Amino acid sequence: MFDFLDHYDLLGAFWTTVQLTVLSAIGSLIWGTVLAAMRVGPVPVMRGFGAAYVNIVRNTPLTVIILFTSLGLNQTLGISLGATNFDIINFRLAILGLTAYTAAFVCEALRAGINTVPVGQAEAARALGLSFPQVLSLVVLPQAFRSVVGPLTNVLIALTKNTTVAAAIGVAEAALLMKKMIENEAQLLLISAVIAFGFVCLTLPTGLILGWVGKKVAVKR
Amino acid sequence: MKLRKVTAATAVVLALAVSATACGKDDKKDGGSSGGKKIKIGIKFDQPGLGQKTPQGYTGFDVDVATYVAKELGYNADQIEWKESKSMDRETMLQRGDVDFIAATYSINDEREKKVDFAGPYLLAHQDVLVRADDNSIKSPEDLNSKKLCSVTGSTSAQNVHDKLAPKANLQEYPTYSACLTGLQNKAIDALTTDDSILAGYASQAAFKGKFKLGGLKMTNENYGIGVKKGSDLKAKINTALEKMVADKSWQQAVDKNLGPANYKNEPAPKIGNIVK
Amino acid sequence: MSSVLYDAQGPRAKRRNVLYTVGFLLAAAAVLWWVITGLNDKDQLTWDKWKPFLGGTEAWSTYIWPGLQNTLKAAALSMLIALPLGAVLGIARLSEHAWVRVPAAIVVEFFRAIPVLVLMIFGLALFAQYTNVSSDDRPLYAVVTGLVLYNASVLAEIVRAGILSLPKGQGEAALAIGLRKNQVMRFILLPQAVTAMLPAIVSQLVVIVKDTALGGAVLTFPEMLASVSPMSSYYGANTIASFTIVAVIYIAINFALTSFAGWLEKRLRRGKKSTGAVLPPAAVAGTASTGASV
Repeated sequence: MFDFLDHYDLLGAFWTTVQLTVLSAIGSLIWGTVLAAMRVGPVPVMRGFGAAYVNIVRNTPLTVIILFTSLGLNQTLGISLGATNFDIINFRLAILGLTAYTAAFVCEALRAGINTVPVGQAEAARALGLSFPQVLSLVVLPQAFRSVVGPLTNVLIALTKNTTVAAAIGVAEAALLMKKMIENEAQLLLISAVIAFGFVCLTLPTGLILGWVGKKVAVKR
Repeated sequence: MKLRKVTAATAVVLALAVSATACGKDDKKDGGSSGGKKIKIGIKFDQPGLGQKTPQGYTGFDVDVATYVAKELGYNADQIEWKESKSMDRETMLQRGDVDFIAATYSINDEREKKVDFAGPYLLAHQDVLVRADDNSIKSPEDLNSKKLCSVTGSTSAQNVHDKLAPKANLQEYPTYSACLTGLQNKAIDALTTDDSILAGYASQAAFKGKFKLGGLKMTNENYGIGVKKGSDLKAKINTALEKMVADKSWQQAVDKNLGPANYKNEPAPKIGNIVK
Repeated sequence: MSSVLYDAQGPRAKRRNVLYTVGFLLAAAAVLWWVITGLNDKDQLTWDKWKPFLGGTEAWSTYIWPGLQNTLKAAALSMLIALPLGAVLGIARLSEHAWVRVPAAIVVEFFRAIPVLVLMIFGLALFAQYTNVSSDDRPLYAVVTGLVLYNASVLAEIVRAGILSLPKGQGEAALAIGLRKNQVMRFILLPQAVTAMLPAIVSQLVVIVKDTALGGAVLTFPEMLASVSPMSSYYGANTIASFTIVAVIYIAINFALTSFAGWLEKRLRRGKKSTGAVLPPAAVAGTASTGASV
């Protein structure tokens, strides 16, 4: 019954999905934190930039962003991200697009987290003479991160599912493989069940484990 | 009462979206019922020179052939209902009767002949490459191995390159050909590969005059036929119409008009039923 | 609020801020300059490429408007079908009977764990192989099916969160005056929850509008993003220009919806007649175990 799977690199496709997820997650965590710092910081221009970035990116379909990295950045502006083979270029472009998109949601989650940190914490830090970068990095952000594990987990799970959009620029991940298999094989329900099972395996444990972590690290108040 | 206002505002937003939907549907119905006797023909909507949707209507060689055939079958141009038939949908559209016939760069092959019947062929095309006008480095299919190629996701042309013509070529696949052209123009892509007729159509566009040329590699033979439902009596009638079109020179005129500007040297009109393997 | 993070600025801090501002603006200008010269070098900024959109209406009426209609049609249909379905699932998850609660929970968690694109691809093949929906309508059906399955599950969580957000006293008081359980739900809880959920529902509409674009890019659904292809092939591969215009329209629509959701939320919070329970647009993120409106 599962014979036809031998012709396809199912594990390879899901491995690509995992790679896309992990690398974009790291990227968007960093970029999202920077954006959040800009949005709560003392420099008005950076605040404006952060707000504009989040509002534009959040309201753009991910598909448009991903297609734009390929057609705009690569094909028109000539950015190839240090690779010559299109398979590798597209993979890296997809990570870039996913990072740019997901960072906006990370930023918003973090900003909400920063607001949950009691005012006294920052005031006490300032009273000690800490500068804004110190207040943020030593006192506020560590507490904020612990309170937003839940929302960030949801962003991560959404990111896992969003990696399927990379199919639009031909990255050989799970959704593209599914489309190819359906075109060539007759077992529609079986193929769909296998792919669905793969995603459930990726997203459900993430949710459960990080949900447990979130409760564990939450600041009790 | 404040809450009511807010609820109402939300309802208005939803209602607006729905009414936009409703408008769309009404338009379609009006178009369908006013014409009386209609013939439904499947073409491509995004291939200049062959089948293209433009603000002025539908244009291209496939469109001209289909219009001529329809006239021979007793339908005027205003009785034709054009439908978009994407490559992957063509067999199903015929089997279900969504369209009466399809003229959409439809190559005759054994696998397709199992599912549908073909009238024609009406054009012999070859898989070829489109390159920038100043690029002379591609003289044979082997030269493609060191090049950056572009084609449409899942197309036979892409598979041919991958499987036999140039397995080492660096192949970029996009959902559409026009996306490839952007890269070709900007030197991110060296060659766009698919049937020479399609390539000629792109190269003939006003915006690209003098910028691109065909490689002339003739890598495969593609016999374009007009697809009809299996066992349909239309096949014989369409064949007669195609023969007449070649005989009264309208065929050559249509080729020159649609594909000529790109310096595309077409094969002579194929004989009906003569499929070049 | 955020000003709590840094001190009022003295002369030195002000000078430093000016320095940061200038530095940031210079960096931004450099990036912008690089993009513009890059595009200009490749002839992407010539008037020819942009003329169809800025200098006439035929591109709009032939390509963009029909596409936009399909985008809105798919989004509206999905919302209208997903809303009642989501309400039923959400209420079922609150049921006291395990045989209602557990299956509803499984359905909701399952469809939220799967990418909407996978659901759409499945829908397309399903309609092609097992129904006689014509090929014209199949992509629309597939897109709506995918969006409904996914969004009904998300809306179910919104409904659940909306009902749970109401003060407990509401349900208790209703039971105390002798209403039946389903009366409590119909007359007391749901009406208040629906109001509380409005911002979250409107912002879910943004997610739906964004996801319709997947149908265009992967399923040949003729919505707005898909109109880029015939359009740019007609106007001489002005892919960048076509993309930009389409992206701006998406952003405008979604920005309007997002702002509306924000306005609704503020408005509802101020309202005195409600119980004060309001689900902010991103509320689901907090209560849900999988997925978010990203």
